[in-house]
Amino acid sequence: MKSSLANQNAHLVVSPKITKPSTARYMKKSTSSDLLQFTPKGIWCEQADIYIDPWKPVKKAMITHGHADHSRFGNDHYLATASAAPVIKYRLGDINIQTVDYGEKTNINGVQFSFHPAGHILGSAQIRVEYKGEVWVASGDYKLEDDGFAEPFELVKCNAFITESTFGLPVYDWRPQAEVFADINAWWRKNSEDGKVTFITGYSLGKAQRILDNLDTSIGKIYTHGAVENINEVIRGQGIKLPDTIRVTKEIPVKDYVGHLILAPPSALNSAWMKKFKPISIGIASGWMTLRGARRRKAVERGFVLSDHVDWKDLNKVITATEAEKIIVTHGYTSIYTKYLREQGIDAYAAETEFTGESIDADDSKEAKDADNKERETPNVKNKK
Amino acid sequence: MKNFAHLFTQLDQTTKTLKKVAALVDYFGKVDDRDRLWAMAILSHRRPKRTVKTSLMRQWAAELSNVPLWLFEDSYHVVGDLAETIALVLPPPTQQHIKTLTEWINDVKSLDKKEEEYKREVVVNAWNGLTYNERFVFNKLITGSFRVGVSQKLMMRALAQFEGQEEKTIAHRLMGNWTPDTITYDELIRSENPLDDISRPYPFYLAYALDNTPESLGSPNEWQVERKWDGIRGQVIVRQNNLFVWSRGEELVTDKFPEYHPLADILPDGTVIDGEILPFQNGQPLSFNVLQTRIGRKNVTKKILESAPVILMAYDLLEYEGKDIRTTPLGERRKLLEKIVKENDTKGIVVLSKVLDIEEWGEAAKERANSRQHLSEGLMIKKLNSEYRAGRKRGDWWKWKIDPMTIDAVMIYAQQGSGRRANLYTDYTFAVWDGDALVPFTKAYSGLTDKEFNKITAWIRKNIREKFGPVRSVNPELVFEIAFEGINKSSRHKSGVALRFPRMLRWRTDKKAEEANTLEDLKKMLELYG
Repeated sequence: MKSSLANQNAHLVVSPKITKPSTARYMKKSTSSDLLQFTPKGIWCEQADIYIDPWKPVKKAMITHGHADHSRFGNDHYLATASAAPVIKYRLGDINIQTVDYGEKTNINGVQFSFHPAGHILGSAQIRVEYKGEVWVASGDYKLEDDGFAEPFELVKCNAFITESTFGLPVYDWRPQAEVFADINAWWRKNSEDGKVTFITGYSLGKAQRILDNLDTSIGKIYTHGAVENINEVIRGQGIKLPDTIRVTKEIPVKDYVGHLILAPPSALNSAWMKKFKPISIGIASGWMTLRGARRRKAVERGFVLSDHVDWKDLNKVITATEAEKIIVTHGYTSIYTKYLREQGIDAYAAETEFTGESIDADDSKEAKDADNKERETPNVKNKK
Repeated sequence: MKNFAHLFTQLDQTTKTLKKVAALVDYFGKVDDRDRLWAMAILSHRRPKRTVKTSLMRQWAAELSNVPLWLFEDSYHVVGDLAETIALVLPPPTQQHIKTLTEWINDVKSLDKKEEEYKREVVVNAWNGLTYNERFVFNKLITGSFRVGVSQKLMMRALAQFEGQEEKTIAHRLMGNWTPDTITYDELIRSENPLDDISRPYPFYLAYALDNTPESLGSPNEWQVERKWDGIRGQVIVRQNNLFVWSRGEELVTDKFPEYHPLADILPDGTVIDGEILPFQNGQPLSFNVLQTRIGRKNVTKKILESAPVILMAYDLLEYEGKDIRTTPLGERRKLLEKIVKENDTKGIVVLSKVLDIEEWGEAAKERANSRQHLSEGLMIKKLNSEYRAGRKRGDWWKWKIDPMTIDAVMIYAQQGSGRRANLYTDYTFAVWDGDALVPFTKAYSGLTDKEFNKITAWIRKNIREKFGPVRSVNPELVFEIAFEGINKSSRHKSGVALRFPRMLRWRTDKKAEEANTLEDLKKMLELYG
């Protein structure tokens, strides 16, 4: 009965009354006097006509780091740190990119730009912008803990600080990474003794190398998913040392993986690619593993709380230490965190961006998905004897 | 407590039944009888009484962690679980308390009716000496709702393994009204005579949905076909001149159904009948909605008894002349049931569920098709030689329900779920068209896959219009086919209707909001089936 009746309503037009969400209260409306403005294309410095991590194609883009939500295709000119550029080039292909060293000053139409370590991943930067004595910092993604792999975070004092808020709630409180990696290695060792394949996911640029750098290679061999290994190759090409890894290929018999570890991007979870490894114990390394609900929904054996973003206490520490008079909060718990800062007497605003922070499901790039589809990386089941 | 927190972590870390059972068996072996009994109680939803209001716990946790209360509340909305949120925000412990599960439970119980300041001292002191996992478990002891991904069934299986007893024996021993305060582990599990407790019911035998054609069951001659009545499954026990009425949720509901009280004198001692608590008047069943007005009321008034009278629609006989006859074939049990109902004039309190005369399955299909006219939910098909088993088991008993009613509706509000569904928008409110306005008429939470919930959550995040606490109004664009089992008039809902068992059948990605059904359509359904 329903479809025929429903069709009678087809002429009806929905006339929604749009009411703005309450967060609009704290929304930053950029004014032309702002050194950095939030525009539909991205964070814009009008005086220099430069965009930072633009989400729409522009002429000149400064890139904080190579994750897909910050580094996008289609800009005429790119500027990034020397250690971030190889991956950006690898991912975006034939682009016009120039590099700077950390701390190096670039002058454009009277505006002075410099890149400073953000501690997020290898090559990641906060971009300091100075004009007529006023200093703004766009921090991209960042974390305080020195992970031994990314260049450690450098505090930059400023008048206005643009911050992420991916984990900007008091429930997020990271343990020192040494403790987390002790857990990961103990888990791997136990699996190895039980004759299992250890399967751990972390996004292929950044988290994967951080994990690699901290695995106890005396336990066994480390195999990698194509998306991870491609990035490893680029990074090794920069003269940076990573532990030995073996790319998963179909030539390798499935039984060979037993006792060893496979490092893969989150998108490989529950894929046909993954299901060939047996018996398997699966773990996820992500800040979201803090939440029991997320762990259970993923239905994996182990969730390791490991993030390349600041947790609550470090976020607040940085905000205070920058001595900024103005804080602009972007991706994450934007409205909640802005409200909190304002209650603390800080002049804070929320800003809309197209940054996404740490995803629980997807890798940071679409490359991982593409790699899944490549046949050459499918382990060979037929070789099983 | 360490052991119990460890058990909890282990249960949380696996989805594999075998591992869960192994973790439980391991735990049962490590702790003493008292802790084991409490663990069993908690895992079978027999929690100690709540002695601290959660609002106080929120307040204390926010104070201790130096976070404004609203921020704590917002965090709670994100996490979806209060016990977990508290454990996450609290500063690290400064000492280490070593107490057993039983000792902690006694501490919690001792807070009953104490001054707020005293409660705060005890709870804060506990938090200060517990690790993250222990804090989480401790909070759960207070707040209740211990959902640990372990069904009562798994706990029983583990206990059976641990005790070297049969699972169905354990299941029976664990039925009824016990708490660790009224019984010891030995009395409950190891005593010779588990039937000492005269109120103890038998575990209900539950049917699976028929997922094939009835023809696949073989000849109709081997099966007993009845209507599936739409009430509350119940067990009526008469022993030593006492009457006990249990609902399927293992709740003793004797007081709620005074209509049954004369049965204590009418039925012979040692009689247990399995049946449906069914609203019934003038030889006809009434809508479930009528019964719903009775459930949950503390006092059953005369008025309620008049407007929502119940009978017992008898399905089966489990105990006859004081003997457990569950292993006797259904065909014979049915004869004994008929005999009891015939020989004892129950004055209409007990009505035999009619066995339909089915020669060919085609006739069953016809009966099923006219279920709604009889206010029944479909058919029950039971093997004549079947035993009365414990729990949901495949093979002998099937329910063959009618297809649900459906309507296409527009999602207008969404709210995040909790537990496993925290952080996902899974609870939706739906509306139908009334002119060019959308009128909300039901909520639904289930029926979609995790994948779909993920997709819809991503869509919702981009389409939020307004926030009302945890509820988000969204752009009215997504259409869902809502299935439901019944429809009734309701003065409490704007739409004037209330649905029974609403759930999402499909996400109609092929439909636009304008193509959803109307309030008129719902009212027509109400006229036909309400």
